[in-house]
Amino acid sequence: MSTTKDSTAERAAGGRKLGDWLFFNLTRAFALLTLLLLAGIIVSLFVGSWESIQKFGFSFIWSRDWNPPMEKFGALIPIYGTLVTSLIALIIAVPVSFGIALFLTELSPVWLRRPLGVAIELLAAVPSIVYGMWGLMVFVPFFAKYVQPALAATLGNVPLIGELFSGPSLGIGLLAAGIILAIMIIPFIASVMRDVFDVTPAMLKESAYGVGGNTWEVIWNVVLPYTKVGVIGGIMLGLGRALGETMAVTFVIGNSNFLSNISLFAPGNSITSVLANEFGEAPPGLYTASLIELGLILFLITLTVLVFSRLLLLRLSKQEGSKT
Amino acid sequence: MLNRTLRIAGITGLSLLAMSSVSAADITGAGASFPAPIYAKWADGYQKATSNRINYQSIGSGGGIKQITAKTVDFGASDMPLKPEVLAKDGLVQFPTVIGGVVPVFNLPGIKPGELKLTGAVLADIYLGKILKWNDKAIAEINPGVNLPASDIGVVRRADGSGTTFIFTNYLSKVSDEWKSKIGEGTAVQWPVGLGGKGNEGVSAFVQRLPGSIGYVEYAYAKQNKLSHAMLKNTAGHFVAPSDTSFKAAAAGADWNKSAFYEILTNQSGKDSWPITGATFILMHKVQDKPAQAAEALKFFAWAYKNGAGMADELDYVPLPDSLVKLIQTSWSQIKDASGKPIPAGM
Repeated sequence: MSTTKDSTAERAAGGRKLGDWLFFNLTRAFALLTLLLLAGIIVSLFVGSWESIQKFGFSFIWSRDWNPPMEKFGALIPIYGTLVTSLIALIIAVPVSFGIALFLTELSPVWLRRPLGVAIELLAAVPSIVYGMWGLMVFVPFFAKYVQPALAATLGNVPLIGELFSGPSLGIGLLAAGIILAIMIIPFIASVMRDVFDVTPAMLKESAYGVGGNTWEVIWNVVLPYTKVGVIGGIMLGLGRALGETMAVTFVIGNSNFLSNISLFAPGNSITSVLANEFGEAPPGLYTASLIELGLILFLITLTVLVFSRLLLLRLSKQEGSKT
Repeated sequence: MLNRTLRIAGITGLSLLAMSSVSAADITGAGASFPAPIYAKWADGYQKATSNRINYQSIGSGGGIKQITAKTVDFGASDMPLKPEVLAKDGLVQFPTVIGGVVPVFNLPGIKPGELKLTGAVLADIYLGKILKWNDKAIAEINPGVNLPASDIGVVRRADGSGTTFIFTNYLSKVSDEWKSKIGEGTAVQWPVGLGGKGNEGVSAFVQRLPGSIGYVEYAYAKQNKLSHAMLKNTAGHFVAPSDTSFKAAAAGADWNKSAFYEILTNQSGKDSWPITGATFILMHKVQDKPAQAAEALKFFAWAYKNGAGMADELDYVPLPDSLVKLIQTSWSQIKDASGKPIPAGM
């Protein structure tokens, strides 16, 4: 009787072991699969763009030609468009998100926190094509009629940066694309910031208030240093999304391959908008290879951003170590 | 518990297998987006008539060429014909299915559809940025009695790659040496001027919103949205309006007997021909690994040529003339199975 009991227990233990083993290997396989996929993507991007890499070499990066019939391709204008729109998005989104997170964690009445937080998270769930269509139909006409003339009349007269706000008010263009991107990444950055602000130990904050700090001083000197890793992580998440965003940008960026001045009012092109516009109709050969090389460049830009943010975080944590 | 999961997984696997074996009998095609509506309508009619299914994915001409070259589909579709040497290299044959036209549309308050006349040379100079005002001498000369404004011409063109752009730039290359040497022809070109709209709807949205603008769209799109079209001068010296008769005239004037249906219908002779006309094409492999699939695909196209003209008319596509259809069906004898036997097309 007792032996049978033992053997059942043993069998159960064995089954559990087998289950553990299966589970471990299964999850490991999933994790390795991601690595494999990543390697596969890099290899196929390289193979697909080899024709163009061989033909143009590094001149691909600074050539401003994009001429399919003559088979001359260069990525300068799309790279410029991608970087400029993402930069505009960050310049707008970071302070706004910071304000949102600050209000939600420190200043807002408690009953308002949940509905406001949910509303911001809902913004993140809106599909990007909806932002694109809203941008083109609603935002762009309004922007061209009221905002751009006002910007040209004020910031346009400031030396040095005045050049950025000159030219005809078409609505569509780099600036409009950057602003749409900012609206799209605010929910991401804001919700990450709010979450990390929330985990700051109440004791730290209360001690700071206790020695007479006001809200701003507590946030700036206690909460932010405590959470900077998370805050930078959130900003990088937003930047990654801005760099790769396709549909919304394609709608409002103007899709034109000119780069005659540095005006942000001018229509331009981003890497993703060129791909979205031209990949489907591009015949095989050098044209397709050049489009794939654009994809490769975007991949490298994103990778650089990731590595850079890792290094930054590493340096920050080292400093932390030396202080204590 | 584990047992049950396994059983469920097994059943799911089996049912997936079963599904894939059913869909193996279907014919798949992919490519050009311009003829996608008519292929969908034909496929629907064909399924009702024969209960055979045709799946067509509208992924763009470039995608269609890539997919048929990689043999992932039974037929590819492209708005630009492939050159005979490219066809020979990849072992493909091509044949046209329907004809369409590209129409210059404009927005000039006070000037009605068809009242504005243009020539190819003037159109090329507008798109080159050499003619900047509507009352330019070159436009005024061919439009006596039309009150042309002194406003700037707002040039609108496609931002995305498109077969429509290919036909349009092919025409401009034929009528303007400067266009040919500076810009050339293609699904996307390096435009010297202009605002880019995405798709036919993007171009027409810009043209409708901006007074003084000119753009080009697919005929069916211009007609259904009642855009103001311009008259164009053809090689015979006549000003013609875009219509199915002027597209048919252009198709009839073409010499289809030339090699491998490599024929772009722009700037055709004939006094009624619309100068910016183009056909859309199907691509298939000459040597078929799956002859049964190829036979089914050819049966579908034979059925479409025979019964599909009315549906094409409804959607503002122009069906091919009978003489051309005969020529195409003769050309199908080139499509063979691995042993060299011609595929029966079931006509």
